[in-house]
Amino acid sequence: MAITAEQVLHVARLARLDLTDDEVERLTGELGAILDAVSKVSELDLSDVPPTSHPLDLVNVWADDAPHDSLPLEDVLRNAPASERGLFRVPPTG
Amino acid sequence: MSAAVDTLRLTAEDALGLVERREVSPAELHGAYLEAIGERDGELHCYLRTVAEAEGTSIPIALKDVISTRGVETTAGSRILSGYVPVFDSTVAARCKAAGLTLLGKTNTDEFAMGSSTENSAFGPSRNPWDPSRVPGGSGGGTAAAVSAGLAPWGLGSDTGGSIKQPSALCGNVGLRPTYGTVSRYGIVAFASSLDQVGPVAKTVRDVALLYRIIAGRDAADSTTVELPSAVELPSAERLEGLRVGVPRQAMALEAIEPGVRAAFEAALELVEELGAEVGECDLPLSFDYGLPCYYLIAPAEASSNLARYDGVRYGRRSEGESYREMVEGSRDEGFGDEPKRRIMLGTYALSAGYYDAYYGQAQKVRTLIVREHASAFEKFDVLATPTSPTVAFPLGDRTADPLAMYACDLLTIPSCVAGLPGLNVPCGFSEGLPVGLQLIGPQFGENALFRAGHALERALGLDLVPARLRA
Repeated sequence: MAITAEQVLHVARLARLDLTDDEVERLTGELGAILDAVSKVSELDLSDVPPTSHPLDLVNVWADDAPHDSLPLEDVLRNAPASERGLFRVPPTG
Repeated sequence: MSAAVDTLRLTAEDALGLVERREVSPAELHGAYLEAIGERDGELHCYLRTVAEAEGTSIPIALKDVISTRGVETTAGSRILSGYVPVFDSTVAARCKAAGLTLLGKTNTDEFAMGSSTENSAFGPSRNPWDPSRVPGGSGGGTAAAVSAGLAPWGLGSDTGGSIKQPSALCGNVGLRPTYGTVSRYGIVAFASSLDQVGPVAKTVRDVALLYRIIAGRDAADSTTVELPSAVELPSAERLEGLRVGVPRQAMALEAIEPGVRAAFEAALELVEELGAEVGECDLPLSFDYGLPCYYLIAPAEASSNLARYDGVRYGRRSEGESYREMVEGSRDEGFGDEPKRRIMLGTYALSAGYYDAYYGQAQKVRTLIVREHASAFEKFDVLATPTSPTVAFPLGDRTADPLAMYACDLLTIPSCVAGLPGLNVPCGFSEGLPVGLQLIGPQFGENALFRAGHALERALGLDLVPARLRA
């Protein structure tokens, strides 16, 4: 299952990773080998098998609608690389 | 006073006794472990940071660095979280505090718990206390090595595909991956949410049961948790009459299992039989043929989604950029190491348009078959047994060049993780002077059966689990 450098670049854009040229080259080889190994799952005919997304049989877990304190704004912003007037500051989104 | 405490041999249960009888104060005990850390952790690098002040009324604990601790830096072994200081406690850290446990420090891990050797930690690998030229396993190698080297009486790890069980096997201690849903993940750095579980690591099965009792149970802050259907029992029986132990034929057919590991496992099984248990063979063909590929689709897919939050906006490392997108892409490329990038890429690919059904969708269906296979094995058996790791601890650098060789470390631990089942590593012997672990798998909520079987085996074996090179 070969994957091309173009496909790697496309996936990197989807994943918001600004990969270096070296990384693209290395990942093209590595992902190809890993995809070869994991593609084994497609050998099986599973048209009648339902998927399992979660090991526990939980449906609609409700929380009580009870008011409680949130984190103080100061704590929320404590780890922010940049903030201003109680907001997270980022470069222009243009 | 600390001279009277031999941290290499002291079990958590005995430490609790010392504190209860006021023979040692919590601060003295904390100090004794810090002293041991000062002596031995320069070589072993189990801890990313320690906490000098003993805050609590009981014995100390080490927490893997994916567990958020208020006011104490939590990095998940990643540069992208370097300097991140949580403003709230994870539920498990809060429960440890409520039980009076003092936080000794945060232990090393493969970056975002992705790995089987701790070599993927951005802060350098930990080393195996039996032989520092070898890995302690991973991702929870820091906690496991600390417990075996007398640098913590017990600790917590997290396990997605073997990150508690495999390091415990390689370091020679007891580790429990609990049933999915029994321990809160609130405040745990997420890797793959349908698989991640937090669990205890300690010197004995009874210690593990004691710590499991502290952390288990429903948490309103984690909607995937449930109440335990029955209370945690401290095991005491030394016989195993009435226990049915199944050994999956397909696991034992794996060529990857080293002869020395196989021999130690088989000798322990004979002992289990002598203790009165009934040992038979069972079949899990799809689980061992397709478990690993299934896991390496589901886990990276979920990881790619969970790790999307590291964008340089609210916390973590930020790279400069002219635009928002440039800042985000640069922060992620500079902040993540090779293994998280590999998994983000693999997961994003497996979830992308045109590939979803063939990869993630298909893997979720394989998962159903693995769940069913295990359920049918538990119609005939109370617990299943395999070696935990196909090999003993391997030399540092041995597998770092080949991701698939590293992934194969978890060949035996992954299938039951995919099925959401509990697993316990119990040391069962030695090969090449290094510990070998036996994995006991139980049905959902079957922890008490694992504790019972593990405790009886541990007593009957009576192994000296202090690393030979550290014995006085």
